[in-house]
Amino acid sequence: MKRLVLAFPLLVLVVLIVALGRGLSLDPREVDSPLIGKPAPAFTLPLLSGDRLVNQDLFLGQVSLLNVWASWCVACRAEHGILNALSKQPDMHIYGLNYKDETIDAKRWLAERGNPYEATLRDYDGQVGIDWGVYGVPETFVVDKHGVIRAKRIGPLTWDYVNQELLPLLEQLKGEA
Amino acid sequence: MRLIGFLMLLLPLLAQADWSAQDERRWRALNDELRCLVCQNQSIAESAAPLAEDLRAQTRQMIESGQSDKQIRQYMTARYGDFVLYRPPFKPTTWLLWVGPLLMLIFGAGLVWRMRRGVAQGAGRSAEQTHAEVERLLKDIDND
Amino acid sequence: MIAAVGHFTLAAALAVSLIQMVVPLWGLRSRNVSSLSVALPAAYASFALIVCAFALLTVAFLNNDFSISYVAHQSNSALPLIYKISAVWGGHEGSLLLWMLMLTGWGVAVASRSRKLPLEISATVLSVIAAITVGFLLFVLLTSNPFERLFPALQEGRDLNPLLQDPGLAIHPPMLYMGYVGFTVPFAFAIAALLHGRLDTAWLRWTRPWATWAWSYLTLGIMLGSWWAYNELGWGGWWFWDPVENASFMPWLVGTALIHSLAATEKRRVLASWTILLAIAAFALSLLGTFLVRSGVLVSVHAFATDPARGVYILGFFSVVVGGSLALYTWRAAKMSLQAPIRLNSREGLLLVNNVLLVVAAFSVLLGTLYPLLVDALGLPKPSVGPPWFNATFVPLMLPMLALVGFSWRVNWWKADWGQAVRANRIAMLIALVGGLALPIVTPNVRGLGIFVAMILAVWCVVTALAEILGWLRKGRLPPASVLGMSVAHLGLGVCAIGIGMVSQADSELDLAMRPGDVAEFGGYQWEFEGTEHLEGPNYSAEHGVIVVRGDQGQELTVLEPEKRRYRSQPGNPMTESAINIGLFRDLYVSLGEPLGDQAWSVRLYVKPFIRWIWMGAILMALGGAIAATDRRYRMRKTQDEGVALAGAQA
Repeated sequence: MKRLVLAFPLLVLVVLIVALGRGLSLDPREVDSPLIGKPAPAFTLPLLSGDRLVNQDLFLGQVSLLNVWASWCVACRAEHGILNALSKQPDMHIYGLNYKDETIDAKRWLAERGNPYEATLRDYDGQVGIDWGVYGVPETFVVDKHGVIRAKRIGPLTWDYVNQELLPLLEQLKGEA
Repeated sequence: MRLIGFLMLLLPLLAQADWSAQDERRWRALNDELRCLVCQNQSIAESAAPLAEDLRAQTRQMIESGQSDKQIRQYMTARYGDFVLYRPPFKPTTWLLWVGPLLMLIFGAGLVWRMRRGVAQGAGRSAEQTHAEVERLLKDIDND
Repeated sequence: MIAAVGHFTLAAALAVSLIQMVVPLWGLRSRNVSSLSVALPAAYASFALIVCAFALLTVAFLNNDFSISYVAHQSNSALPLIYKISAVWGGHEGSLLLWMLMLTGWGVAVASRSRKLPLEISATVLSVIAAITVGFLLFVLLTSNPFERLFPALQEGRDLNPLLQDPGLAIHPPMLYMGYVGFTVPFAFAIAALLHGRLDTAWLRWTRPWATWAWSYLTLGIMLGSWWAYNELGWGGWWFWDPVENASFMPWLVGTALIHSLAATEKRRVLASWTILLAIAAFALSLLGTFLVRSGVLVSVHAFATDPARGVYILGFFSVVVGGSLALYTWRAAKMSLQAPIRLNSREGLLLVNNVLLVVAAFSVLLGTLYPLLVDALGLPKPSVGPPWFNATFVPLMLPMLALVGFSWRVNWWKADWGQAVRANRIAMLIALVGGLALPIVTPNVRGLGIFVAMILAVWCVVTALAEILGWLRKGRLPPASVLGMSVAHLGLGVCAIGIGMVSQADSELDLAMRPGDVAEFGGYQWEFEGTEHLEGPNYSAEHGVIVVRGDQGQELTVLEPEKRRYRSQPGNPMTESAINIGLFRDLYVSLGEPLGDQAWSVRLYVKPFIRWIWMGAILMALGGAIAATDRRYRMRKTQDEGVALAGAQA
């Protein structure tokens, strides 16, 4: 019994080391979105082009990407080339959520860098961003045919992520009923 | 954007009539409990980040519209997950957290209780008896 | 040139430390006195080499040698001199060099006093210290070399992080590391006790001052960190339960338990193996702190630039050192324990309760700090554990401690006479009750009722400590150092508790937009914003604000001048320099928020009652420790008869 009590600290240590070791491969700032598996939060937003309002029904009937970006966001520039390339693929629906940005800056940014978006939603005050749990730009959401959020990418897209996780997920979702 | 910020700061002054000292306390307490997710471990009360400003305005607006603290927390966790609350909720994943210190305290108290009787000697030999015996032994050697 | 020589001295230090580690241990086995004697000169040599390395790095900073990667990333030609020197330990690699400077420094301190120890003990202790030094030197040479070259050299350095350009950087890390690293010494003594299979009064007399000194330095280090954060971070906070802060607080809590446990073991020969465990735990928590801060495992305002690869090394080192020590403990301590029964109703009983409370508190802080990681490691959605949880858990554990502290000296060893203890403390209790109730009553804006309980207990602590000192003085003598030190430290605890309680429950804050000429009525003062003007500093440009604070009669009390600085190295990230009017009973604190156009600014005003008491109390605690450590009992006498063996067979 005494041995057991004396060994207790050693036991605690082992648990500690295992947990810390595992922790080295995790990113402490990455937060799992509670919206995964839930329907996309409702919204009504104007388009960047200014001609009409859209709501969350936008996503119904197809597998879509919603990319949150802004002209003042430096990291967004890194992933924009990937988005441009992706937009050329067949049956790829990419929408943009222009987050807390001035219209004129946003339009100019797209004109300079290319526009991969089928439509760009204007979230001027960031309220829709809050509803979607956006906390850092860029972020990208994957929405399925029924308007349910299925994945969230925090930070810029990379080709590794696109090839290993995003494209397979999109294929799988397209195959669903 | 700055103009908006300026106006947002003035809004509270305009809404002064409906905003009591208790509302202010509630607002501050809630802001202290919500994490600023873009920051390196600060609450939205402390942070100067734009998201923190937005969320402070959000909590303020929710208090003004009569929502309870619980509703406001639910609003935040629905969007950002439990990670946004600095006070972890009491649920299965956090039972060990909330109960842990108490368990340790009981465990410690238990160990202390066992020490009353002494471990090497076993039960039955009280502190008095050992005391008398050891005093006898130490009387000469002890030159403290 | 400097880089090459510096690198060489580090490698040489490694070689010497290896010798210091291995040869004395071999000397123990083979009973070879000359091998044992190697430890001393080796300790001096390794210290000298590290001093060289440190001096070379400092020279590199002073010479703006941007061909060295570390210097290029941490410094800038325009950096003021004091910060150029402090920048030496401003980043990961340099701070490790500071760590090793302290470690070898403590080794020299032990070596210089070792003539009073038996040779095999001092050799073992120095050997253990060398082992830790080897671990850190390997880490530095393999992953974090401060002398790494940069090709091509930068023309201009990247500049020291503006947050670090503050006098706090000059003293907080050195004091903190003196404490952290200082716990290596009691750890080394504990390992020596386990290896030699004996623990006696002499061992306690040797170990106790080292533990107390380390504890004092750590107290100062933590206090400086809190004070610095308050001055620097711009929103008046002084403790955040941030993982890095917790990393320093846990060894402090266990260290406090250790110095009290050493007292009980020395006087009443109980808790011997528990004391050893605490010595191991305090050091283990220091190492854990090093890991947490440098591995990127936790989110923190304080963390160094993180690198999981470095984290792997430190975790490995930690596992080997702590795992090995605990294995040794588990194996040896069972044989060593002569567990005399403890009557709870005695001073040693109270000390045991003290230990339980402190260790549970340390464990709780550890649990709270690592819990998100644990949950995440299991693949579950991770929660945040912040100040609300820590305060809810920690405060209830500490309040009973405050109550017990006051009785400590009135309660006898062996058997307490509570009737007599209460009688002796009658007046103190009365003063505590009156004072504790009065404080929150006379301070405006107090929240809640718990503050009354807390203040009664805190004042109780203060009064009993003063009573103890006065009691001796009235008899015409100065109390012995250990008693004086204890009383001063307990006094400090009470003062600190008053500060913490009052500032937490009675502070005021106002966040508002102000235009030049606006006057805010707040906290019983009138705050007039006079606007801002632009100015240029050595390596920054700033908006310099002026706020005049007047009392309720309109008399001018002070002029506060907060700034919003843009450092040239970080133009996109402005820094807030708050302006503070320091007072014994309250601080007035102002910081600038954002410019709102048209000369208006968002401004934060604070009144912080009793906040200085937190740091004054901490200084008193550290002072108390230092006084206690100088007690004549600890001037190590080499005793022929080493005192009663408390535990274990001979050798």
